[in-house]
Amino acid sequence: MSETAVINNHQDEIENTSTGLSNKKLMMWLFLASDVMFFGAFISTYLIYRGKSLVGPYPSEVLDIPITTVSTFILLMSSLAMVLALHYLKENEKNKATLWILGVVLLGTIFMGFQFYEFNHFAHLGLTPRTNIFGTTFFILTGLHGGHVTIGILWMAFLAYGSHKGTLRSDNAIDLEIAGLYWHFVDIVWIIIFTVIYLISANDMPPAGSELLIH
Amino acid sequence: MTTKPATKSLVFPRFFPRPNSKTGIWSWIATVDHKKIGTLYGITSFFWFIVAGLEALLIRIQLSQANNDFLSPDMYNSLFTMHGTTMIFLVVMPLSAAFFNWLIPLQIGARDVAFPRLNALSYWIFLFGSILINFSWITGEAPNGGWFGYAPNSGVTFNPGKGMTYWVVGLNVLGISSIAAGLNFVTTIINMRAPGMSMFKMPIFTWMTLVTSILIILALPILAVAGIQLQTDRIYGTHFFNSLGGGDPVMWQHIFWLFGHPEVYILILPAMGIVSEVLPTFARKPIFGYSFVVFAGAVIGFMGWFVWSHHMFTVGLGPAANSAFSISTMLIAVPTGIKIFNWLGTLWGGSIRFNTAMLFSLGFIAMFTIGGLSGVMHASPPTDAQQQDTYFVVAHFHYVLFGGALLGIFSGIYFWWPKFTGYFLNEKIGKLNFIFMLIGFNIQFGPMHWLGMDGMPRRIYTYAENMGWEGSNLAATIGGFILGVGVLLFIYNVIYSMIHKEVAGADPWDGRTLEWSTSSPPPEHDFDEIPQVKFRDDFWFKKYPETIKEYYEHGEIEEDTEDKLSEKSNHEDEIHLPDMSYYPFILGVGIAILGAGFLSNIYIIAISVPIMIWGLLGWSMEPVNDPHPDGH
Repeated sequence: MSETAVINNHQDEIENTSTGLSNKKLMMWLFLASDVMFFGAFISTYLIYRGKSLVGPYPSEVLDIPITTVSTFILLMSSLAMVLALHYLKENEKNKATLWILGVVLLGTIFMGFQFYEFNHFAHLGLTPRTNIFGTTFFILTGLHGGHVTIGILWMAFLAYGSHKGTLRSDNAIDLEIAGLYWHFVDIVWIIIFTVIYLISANDMPPAGSELLIH
Repeated sequence: MTTKPATKSLVFPRFFPRPNSKTGIWSWIATVDHKKIGTLYGITSFFWFIVAGLEALLIRIQLSQANNDFLSPDMYNSLFTMHGTTMIFLVVMPLSAAFFNWLIPLQIGARDVAFPRLNALSYWIFLFGSILINFSWITGEAPNGGWFGYAPNSGVTFNPGKGMTYWVVGLNVLGISSIAAGLNFVTTIINMRAPGMSMFKMPIFTWMTLVTSILIILALPILAVAGIQLQTDRIYGTHFFNSLGGGDPVMWQHIFWLFGHPEVYILILPAMGIVSEVLPTFARKPIFGYSFVVFAGAVIGFMGWFVWSHHMFTVGLGPAANSAFSISTMLIAVPTGIKIFNWLGTLWGGSIRFNTAMLFSLGFIAMFTIGGLSGVMHASPPTDAQQQDTYFVVAHFHYVLFGGALLGIFSGIYFWWPKFTGYFLNEKIGKLNFIFMLIGFNIQFGPMHWLGMDGMPRRIYTYAENMGWEGSNLAATIGGFILGVGVLLFIYNVIYSMIHKEVAGADPWDGRTLEWSTSSPPPEHDFDEIPQVKFRDDFWFKKYPETIKEYYEHGEIEEDTEDKLSEKSNHEDEIHLPDMSYYPFILGVGIAILGAGFLSNIYIIAISVPIMIWGLLGWSMEPVNDPHPDGH
């Protein structure tokens, strides 16, 4: 009995909560649930409107799977960097931790660079949010995902600074862990977006009869 | 407990010292105390309650006679839009939030919510969002597309003014506030309970708050999606709801009601929680079938996601969809009915005290049952086809939202007022208040059932003579004013209570739950000693230990908890309250300016960014507690 009491005491010193989970971590999970509904509604909108564009450019004319595969790979690798950063932070290896957090920032930024290039490229091909319903759903969904990545990058940069200054350490590694939950979530959302928009829709042609409607 | 070595942390340059005043305006602006924030929520939302009530009276004056020209059609559109929007987002939701703030920490035996600064932020965003959306009255372009903002009528083609932009931006700002509050309360309830209080020992109000907050977390993002889509359509010319560009206006209805129906339960569940606290107290019996009431609430929260298309039976979704949503809608009446029977079971055989709080709760049960029954009526698509867009629907949802949610909230106000302020509200004025509100309400909304059956359409600013509608409409208008007198009596009662100061003790009603175990009003730290919980209605059994056998016949209920409890309590020796902070207010101002920027131009958005960054960085680098000079 006394042994368990000691353990309980120790636990309480770390987190005096009913579940033993940290409040911050619990809230991040809840926020992610909220964000699931946010992206869920946008992805549903995309799927319901898929193939409903009345004018081009259509997905098959603009989407470039190989390029997006590269940017997807880069974003997934940032999750690996995130895991390593947390590992080294917990091991008290300050410099390695800082380096890997900066790795997350770098990979995230490269991903955003790809998105910037893609948006620009699509605009050159004549696809903007105003062009057709594909443009509307594509730009708003991927744009909001990009917004999430950008917030994540800024957050990671802030944490990298903290790790460098020694204020983010193994005893408050939870702060990095929570940011990591967010980062991994945003990555998972991208996997779904990549599947739904790029892989599934890449061959979407003009809907039958749409030429008749327009011309 | 050994004191931790002071952790080094990043320091953000402070432009002014950390606030610590206990009185004056700055003590409110910088507060992180859940009780003060609850009071702010209560006052602000009551103010909007008066505003929305006046809007309703203007509508009623216009409709009091046929071919009236008291209001212009445009003004009428704005008034019913803003009445609905205000009552839902600025009155019932934040009034519930006022109760959450005040009561949740007290009911679960905590000293504050999980994130006190986030809690303050929720309030400030709510305040600024409510001002933003009502600012449209001053610019003369109040929203006019209904509280549901149906596309394409809310689109820029058919609604070119700024009105619906105010609406959509305002709702998105308010949505941030609600989601932040929802996250806070779920975390608080799951994680901050007093030792020994397992989930099934929580008061019902806490349970309903938990279900409501989960619904808020999951439903409000969908409103944000609808809002963003409508906003980009309106401002940047996208095609989400524009059929010429391949979009579909019906899509708006799906997304909006996928949010909108859970929202209905967000509005009613807190009131159900309040009633479930008031009835046992004044019947001097524990709630009948505690676990049924809890699970019924949870099931309502779950099934509320599968009924949204019953708002769309006349859209033409086809027989399969209509049948499925009809069945799910009828099914959701089952858990609601379970609750009603449990409340009746609670009253059965109790020694009932008919004071004002109890009367409001009984009024709630009766009125909510009427509204629930008419709700089941239009769960049937053929019936709904007759009732859609008539005053029958107006009668229905006012019976559940006023007769239900608001009567429940008034019951809660009378019940917990002594706890909030330390003084009673006057019982005589209170009973008059109840009678005027109940009678006025029924005279106002009862006849609308007949008007609706007779085909009087909603949202039309006037009607022709000789339709046979004049008498009922005049009655409804008179009822509205009687109801208004009831609200004035409430305000009078509040003033009366503040002048006469009839002192209420810590436990004026012989209460059952933990909030009654601390003084009225509670000290800043809520509890001198964190309570140890062994039973459901723990405070009651502490007062009357002889009744334990009566309610727990098997006696040895969780004997072993006692040991665990005493161990856990040993290191509750110091009281740590979070320090005050300006940053929630600063971040709130930044978000409000951002909202204003979406309404005007990009330069204002640019102004908001540094303010938000200031708020965020300052916040994240500011420790919850500054190190004190004396070491802790």
